[in-house]
Amino acid sequence: MKILVCITHVPDTTSKIQFTADNTKFDSTGVQYIIGPYDDYALARAVELRDQASGKLTVLNVGEADSDPTLRKALAIGADEAIRVNSAPKDSYFVAQQIAHYAKEGAYDLILMGRESIDFNGGMVHGMVGELLGIPSFSPVMKLDVDGSSVKMAREIEGGKEMLEASLPLIAGCQEPIAEWKIPNMRGIMSARTKPLTVVEPVSQDTQAEASKYELPPAKGAVKLVDKDNVAELVRLLKNEAKVL
Amino acid sequence: MSILVYIEQAEGKVKKTSLEAVSFANALAGQTGEGDVVAVALGTIGAEELAAIGKAGAAKVLHGADSKLDAGVIQAHASAVAQAFNQIGAKTLVLAKSSLGDAVAARLAIKLNAGLVSNVVELPKTDGAYIVKRSIYTGKAFAETTVTTENKILAVKKNAIDLKLDGADAQVENFDVALDDADFASKITSTERATGDVLLPEADIVVSGGRGLKGPENWGMVEEMAKILGAATACSKPVSDLGWRPHHEHVGQTGVKVAPTLYIAIGISGAIQHLAGVNSSKCIVVINKDPDAPFFKAADYGIVGDAFEVVPKLNEAFKAEL
Repeated sequence: MKILVCITHVPDTTSKIQFTADNTKFDSTGVQYIIGPYDDYALARAVELRDQASGKLTVLNVGEADSDPTLRKALAIGADEAIRVNSAPKDSYFVAQQIAHYAKEGAYDLILMGRESIDFNGGMVHGMVGELLGIPSFSPVMKLDVDGSSVKMAREIEGGKEMLEASLPLIAGCQEPIAEWKIPNMRGIMSARTKPLTVVEPVSQDTQAEASKYELPPAKGAVKLVDKDNVAELVRLLKNEAKVL
Repeated sequence: MSILVYIEQAEGKVKKTSLEAVSFANALAGQTGEGDVVAVALGTIGAEELAAIGKAGAAKVLHGADSKLDAGVIQAHASAVAQAFNQIGAKTLVLAKSSLGDAVAARLAIKLNAGLVSNVVELPKTDGAYIVKRSIYTGKAFAETTVTTENKILAVKKNAIDLKLDGADAQVENFDVALDDADFASKITSTERATGDVLLPEADIVVSGGRGLKGPENWGMVEEMAKILGAATACSKPVSDLGWRPHHEHVGQTGVKVAPTLYIAIGISGAIQHLAGVNSSKCIVVINKDPDAPFFKAADYGIVGDAFEVVPKLNEAFKAEL
């Protein structure tokens, strides 16, 4: 089985979000970059499936050279090879086109990625790639088992989940608890240095919905504390001041 | 010309977030002159329920009544909505952001060659360039996105607009959906859904518990508060990781993102990953015995005190007042 896992290179979840250049650029000063947490779940499950089926696991990122350490980390976690499409990820459509092209070229049976990136949170790329390739797409997938060419999945829905059956090839946007995150061990880190990381050029420059300007939410006012022996006061405030009851 | 709205249903009942999408589309049509709002609803839904979509601002409802569409099979729903879009000659599709809505919208973006913006938080600017404001970095910032395609899809975040239900009943039309086997290549074999409860992503009030509650056996008072307020229950990540509560109740960076009118956090310290899931709430109340809990910095109201002491008293106070 050939598995492709698409990963994002994103600011750590604890990063302070700030912008520069008149609010047109993300300020990466002091920001630590990681594999997107949802992508990390997808990668962990892919490593397990690759080991079960003795297949091959490729990771792909659409990003500039600063993504390379993130791809190396994915190799250390267990991917066999990495591809970087050499361009900033301009919008979901742009990224989906690159993935669809290289996924077709590599004839993968299973394509996994996170349910969404944690920077732009669109959660759209897997569905777009599915439509571009004419294969089924599923998200958010919290369980995925492969038996031959048949796939059983659980997809989260509002207030519960649905169980699904489908056949390879397919694409899934993943989330917990599909697998436990894997931490690279020393052997993985050493071997990652020599695994292939191929840089390829984007196949198209088309975009449809690019972000042009950013802003931060207005600062929150100070909390109003209510005495624990006077909880009725809180109810009154919620009703009469905040008007939320 | 009309704006199309994709309606989601669960067991024959139209989702409130879909009605919000109709109100959003109605306001958008008023702004752009795109005519009226047509809703497309799929699967088994009663005639009254369909007509009532008009109250939120739809002039017409196209009903694809095929019971094969009752379940949210992603490809089939995407094909059906694309047919409706082309049939009415729409240029804009509006839908509520949700588990199914996102999955369907992404495929439609390609089918319809439409620029897609998700997590839309307010009506776009449409004089000149088409600029849509969306939430990014899990609610920690906003981006203005310029859509350059003629066709457009907007996936609207909860509370992006006030739901107005002052319209007349909509005219309901039968809509013949042409579906092939490929649309049903995947099968939904079973669905597990918490029944009778308020669904978390759609709730106006959310009552959430953290590790401070010490164990799943202590959730009775949380559930009681939710019942009094007509709220959904939620929890922090450690709580769902420990198996005290189901995963679909986990609110935070890697869980459900909520945007209720009122979020009440009990025994949750407020790690940055939890705040990412709740920072779109209109009003946040924090109950925690640690006065230095970081959640108080993000809260509108707070009580410093032991949950086991405060919550039962607060439940009595809610009952007395409501």
